[in-house]
Amino acid sequence: MKDPNIKKVLLLGSGALKIGEAGEFDYSGSQALKALREEGIESVLINPNIATVQTSEGVADRIYFLPVTPFFVEQVIEKERPQGILLAFGGQTALNCGVALYKSGVLEKYNVKVLGTPVQSIIDTEDRELFVDRLKEINVKTISSEACENIEQARKAAKDLGYPVIIRAAYALGGLGSGFCDNEEELNKLAEKAFSFSPQVLVEKSLRGWKEIEYEVVRDRYDNCITVCNMENFDPLGIHTGESIVVAPSQTLTNHDYQKLRSLSIRIIRHIGIVGECNVQYAFDPDSDDYRVIEVNARLSRSSALASKATGYPLAFVAAKLGLGYGLFELKNSVTKTTSAFFEPALDYVVCKIPRWDLSKFRGVDREIGSSMKSVGEVMAIGRTFEEAIQKGLRMIGQGMHGFVDNKDLHVDDVEAKLKAPTDKRIFVIYEAFANGYSIDRVHELTKIDRWFLQRLYAIYTTNKELKQCKNINILDNDLLRRAKMQGFSDFQIARALGLDKEMKMSEAILTVRRRRKQVGIVPHVKQIDTLAAEYPAQTNYLYITYNAETDDIVYSHDRRSIIVLGSGAYRIGSSVEFDWCGVQALNTIRKAGYRSVMINYNPETVSTDYDMCDRLYFDELTFERVMDIVEAESPKGVIVSTGGQIPNNLAMRLDEQRVPILGTAAVDIDRAEDREKFSEMLGKIGVDQPEWSALTDMDGIKEFTRRVGFPVLVRPSYVLSGAAMNVCSNEEELERFLKLAANVSEDHPVVVSKFIQRAKEIDFDAVARHGEIMAYAISEHIEFAGVHSGDATLVFPPQKLYVETVRRIKRISRKIASALHINGPFNIQYMASDNKILVIECNLRASRSFPFVSKVLKLNFIELATKIMLSLPVEKPTKNLFDLDYVGIKASQFSFNRLQKADPVLGVDMSSTGEVGCLGDDTDSALLLSMLSVGVRVPKHNILLSTGDAKQKAEMLDACRMLSEHGYKLYATPGTSRYLEENGIANTLVRWPSEAEGPQALEMLHKKCFDLVVNIPKNLTTTELDNGYKIRRASIDLNVPLLTNSRLATAFVAAFCRMKEEELPIKCWGEYGMTAAESNI
Amino acid sequence: MRKVRLILDDGNVFNGFSFGAEHPAVGEVVFNTAMTGYPESLTDPSYAGQMLTLTYPLIGNYGVPPFTVEPNGLATFMESCKIHVSALIVSWYSEEYSHWNAVESLSAWLKRENIPAICGVDTRALTKLIREHGVMMGKIVFDEDPQTITYGNYGDTNYVSLVSCKEIIHYNQGKGNKKVLLVDCGVKNNILRCLIRRGVEVIRVPWDYDFNEMDFDGLFLANGPGDPETCAVTVDHIRQFLSSPKVRPVMGICMGNQLLSKAAGARIYKLKYGHRSHNQPVRLVGTNKCYITSQNHGYAVDASTLPDDWEELFVNMNDGSNEGVRHKNRPWFSAQFHPEACSGPLDTEFLFDEYLKLF
Repeated sequence: MKDPNIKKVLLLGSGALKIGEAGEFDYSGSQALKALREEGIESVLINPNIATVQTSEGVADRIYFLPVTPFFVEQVIEKERPQGILLAFGGQTALNCGVALYKSGVLEKYNVKVLGTPVQSIIDTEDRELFVDRLKEINVKTISSEACENIEQARKAAKDLGYPVIIRAAYALGGLGSGFCDNEEELNKLAEKAFSFSPQVLVEKSLRGWKEIEYEVVRDRYDNCITVCNMENFDPLGIHTGESIVVAPSQTLTNHDYQKLRSLSIRIIRHIGIVGECNVQYAFDPDSDDYRVIEVNARLSRSSALASKATGYPLAFVAAKLGLGYGLFELKNSVTKTTSAFFEPALDYVVCKIPRWDLSKFRGVDREIGSSMKSVGEVMAIGRTFEEAIQKGLRMIGQGMHGFVDNKDLHVDDVEAKLKAPTDKRIFVIYEAFANGYSIDRVHELTKIDRWFLQRLYAIYTTNKELKQCKNINILDNDLLRRAKMQGFSDFQIARALGLDKEMKMSEAILTVRRRRKQVGIVPHVKQIDTLAAEYPAQTNYLYITYNAETDDIVYSHDRRSIIVLGSGAYRIGSSVEFDWCGVQALNTIRKAGYRSVMINYNPETVSTDYDMCDRLYFDELTFERVMDIVEAESPKGVIVSTGGQIPNNLAMRLDEQRVPILGTAAVDIDRAEDREKFSEMLGKIGVDQPEWSALTDMDGIKEFTRRVGFPVLVRPSYVLSGAAMNVCSNEEELERFLKLAANVSEDHPVVVSKFIQRAKEIDFDAVARHGEIMAYAISEHIEFAGVHSGDATLVFPPQKLYVETVRRIKRISRKIASALHINGPFNIQYMASDNKILVIECNLRASRSFPFVSKVLKLNFIELATKIMLSLPVEKPTKNLFDLDYVGIKASQFSFNRLQKADPVLGVDMSSTGEVGCLGDDTDSALLLSMLSVGVRVPKHNILLSTGDAKQKAEMLDACRMLSEHGYKLYATPGTSRYLEENGIANTLVRWPSEAEGPQALEMLHKKCFDLVVNIPKNLTTTELDNGYKIRRASIDLNVPLLTNSRLATAFVAAFCRMKEEELPIKCWGEYGMTAAESNI
Repeated sequence: MRKVRLILDDGNVFNGFSFGAEHPAVGEVVFNTAMTGYPESLTDPSYAGQMLTLTYPLIGNYGVPPFTVEPNGLATFMESCKIHVSALIVSWYSEEYSHWNAVESLSAWLKRENIPAICGVDTRALTKLIREHGVMMGKIVFDEDPQTITYGNYGDTNYVSLVSCKEIIHYNQGKGNKKVLLVDCGVKNNILRCLIRRGVEVIRVPWDYDFNEMDFDGLFLANGPGDPETCAVTVDHIRQFLSSPKVRPVMGICMGNQLLSKAAGARIYKLKYGHRSHNQPVRLVGTNKCYITSQNHGYAVDASTLPDDWEELFVNMNDGSNEGVRHKNRPWFSAQFHPEACSGPLDTEFLFDEYLKLF
């Protein structure tokens, strides 16, 4: 039974999305908050991630947009006095914070009870040594390593463990001096090398090539245990599970294997004393039933979010209820609503998770995948064959791939090497290997991927070969066509394999395949995920689509009451949780209006793919083909394409051509905004300026353009060979180098070159219009000058430093654009203001990244308003005005450079942040400080290393430097900066660049942890300074020293912490902002 | 692969492809929602007379282990000495397999044992039909005229007599400190293994053998196929045992639960579509202890008909049906589920220990 003393509960969120800690915790937290609400318990949430669903109205009772650190959490506890705290729903951030609060006695002091798994159990799983000991107590094997001081010891350890072994140099960063040894001879060689790096060497049994298997385990306080799901990694041990393709349930385990690991999981969870949910990871020998436990996560994790979506079992929701004291037997299965929550889901489909990487966004990054996570998002594909699921999934990751086959040529130069040392392209390299005649066995030897998975891929390869031999759709064998569809081939792949795209446009070829299929009755069917493999009827509509079926699980009424919302797909740099928020708000509005809300999305980290959030959830592709299948089944009243970011936006025209009713702004108008030529023409007509640009197809044209407009220019190739897609070039040399190295310029692949305006202010305009008339808007200014991608920039809303004149002109231009494009729904325009000129950078006729931020700061839900307009419901113009707000919201970006080895942590025109936070304050300083602290920047205590860039930037930062000096900070500066500070009378200590011979060396001091903050402003935006500056920046990241690389942001941050102490920051919840003093009295 | 049809009693037809023996078959069509364990299920004698539909769509991935036999006469990896299902029905069959312990493909094994198998069936649609309609007879038809094959009636056949051992078999003979007499209605090997492993001597007798005159310390009632009504003679023997002045422990599993309950005086009824899965939740009556169990049964005990000195031991948390009974003051109990698992979760194997503690 529930503990009746718990009336108010604090939940810690995970903060900004970062690599390794992403949207899955919005989902877990939202579920936990839903559980609290259902129990009538007051919920208090701390999470600075303003774009999440959990920080929305009606999810938590009181929301604090504050850093999830012991300092702030303690203050919230003191203010709110909750009886309980939930630590398991906000990833490692929340867990670490909770453990710190426990150890420092804060929880005891305020008598806050940790709900669910006790803190000691958490500590037992987090501390490696304790963990190994605890499992030893119950005879469970872990991966243990032996520390050796000399080569004799190493030899003995290796002999005891049995070859092969791994050698690691202790305390060495980045895996220096580690490697595999198959025998003593190799060990001698490697150990010698390792001892040269470190006095201590760890010898560990090598489990290279072992399978990696995970179990999600649940336990209640009555000691009842279940394993909700098991999962098998497609990639063998050695590749982080976050980097691996993961399949659920396991495919290559016998009942004996499955039950052995299952029983071990239960034994472990009982011994450790988990109450709630935990994840157990195993290494499993492919040649016997030997195993090792890799780790146990005593909290909700990425895997648990995946398991919830894979099975329909709401792990976070149940874990929260168990934390409140319930037994599993007291809870119901939330899909059937009749059977018990104490059960283990039976799947009658196969699920495939595939990571999404964005490594091409980063300069210099290491592309090999391995034991640390680099992916920024993931997709989950569902099918009734593995082939179907994996091909769906490879399309879903959205990197221009169409499945396992029929993709663009990858130009893999050394297949064997790439198979051995996998990169983010590994699965496509397997295709190349097959195409080059590699056998399944050979690929297995090189990759250690289980043969069964390779056999499945080979089956796809074989079918593709047969399709290619056919060459003509009229003589295509129906059985072959059906087999291809059952193996997950898209119409696109079939068209390409048949060579149809040579005869006609691809869009037409796809429709030709579609018609042909339907003629012979090869159509997909809709199936339900019901947790019990049809043993009991399901009350929810959690759906997927498959060709391995003969009937639909759903009976369609074709009542035209369905409104389909297209989701945003995989999280990636540039499209993330903010669009999940938009999608969820649209669904809520549709439901409230009495329509049937239908979502299509495939991202397991999201709230929009929770089957509770809508009336029908299609966990499936957002391709033209699949959306058409669903539209044909649903006969909807309309489809919303404007709340899911760019993926749905891009489908608008093609859906419209098939007479699919698009709600909101007409597809033809969306096209007028998306097509550069059309958009420019429209702007010209209404007399609005934009930076000069041209689409060019050869070097001469480009040079002529740059001669006319002058450098710098922004260059955007349409076909990228390697590296970042966009670049700013300051001179002809840079331009030529970039275009030669990075891009392919030709008739087919034009390059868009535009004038780059320096030192311009950038302004975001988010709004909702009805029939061309603006109903609500928000203007935010960037702290950084234009040149930093708007997704990386720090946004201030309402704007604090814009001229009234600028605001007026932006409003006027926006009105003109809204009217010219007949905008009917959400939209966003990015502006540049320079020398009293207002220029339009771009216009998107859809919700933008900043919609949740401005909606929550203004307390006006832009998506709700936009959705009502799209549904043609009556709306009134809101009376709220952003200039009336007596507080400030600041959105800051979270970077994950620490996960991306070797990448240069510098900001540019291409986006590189993985997440964001939004904090409120009574003034700019407090909002900025809170948001910077929320993204992990720390206020320095004593020493600061300065390299403040070129002359203009140096001048810009002068006041800030003076302020630092006045506030007693000790400044260290590299030669140019040091001289400049000296000239301006600011005391500083000269330190040397890595390229200089004399000391003191900046880099050395950095390594000795001499600095609390590094300000390193790159001289130009092309960041070719890959030597000195890069070394300092990269070392700051690797050594976890806060780094600022933008002079405007650095100046603002310095000013803020000099004027205001951390202790003075306001501990106010969202609801308290904008209230009168009397109202805010709790 | 040859095209083949599955025709149900209610007229529904499913088309598919043959991957087993190519001859027609009839049987009661049932479904199992387990995601692993096809070698164990196929050799489970309780499936005699039934066509087994696996709802997990990918079957055959890990091949088939060697059919080796241990010195005690039990197969190492299988649950009996042969396949008992009359046919196997799956959605997708994996022609290739991958596992260190596999020696042949599922298809090769089925063909060797002359068992038909069909893939390419929308097993989810089939399962829903059975769920709505209840279990029904079905036939697998190749090119024959379907009319020539008759369905028969599952309840009419005494499958127990077909799968039970024909003579007494001893395990751990003379070695154990306790003697367990096991009535073989179609016992799964793992029940025997669980007992043998615990060091007791097991005397395995045919289903209709009158054991009352024999020398043993405890009675074990094993699982078996078909309608428990066909085992009236066994029930008589059990009743006689229960009324003996010498009170000795009894444990029953699956059909053993039904036979023990019948002997006690309770009524048995047929479930609409049975419990066949690895994920059946049961609760120990009167406690907060719950267990995930492996099950395979089409009949159940009507607990309301238990006499006063008997009570429910376990109850199914999904549908409230009976999952075990016990005598209120004598060492007699049984479970409707399979504590020996194989295939399925091992969480209730402790019941064997509980049983032996009663000696």
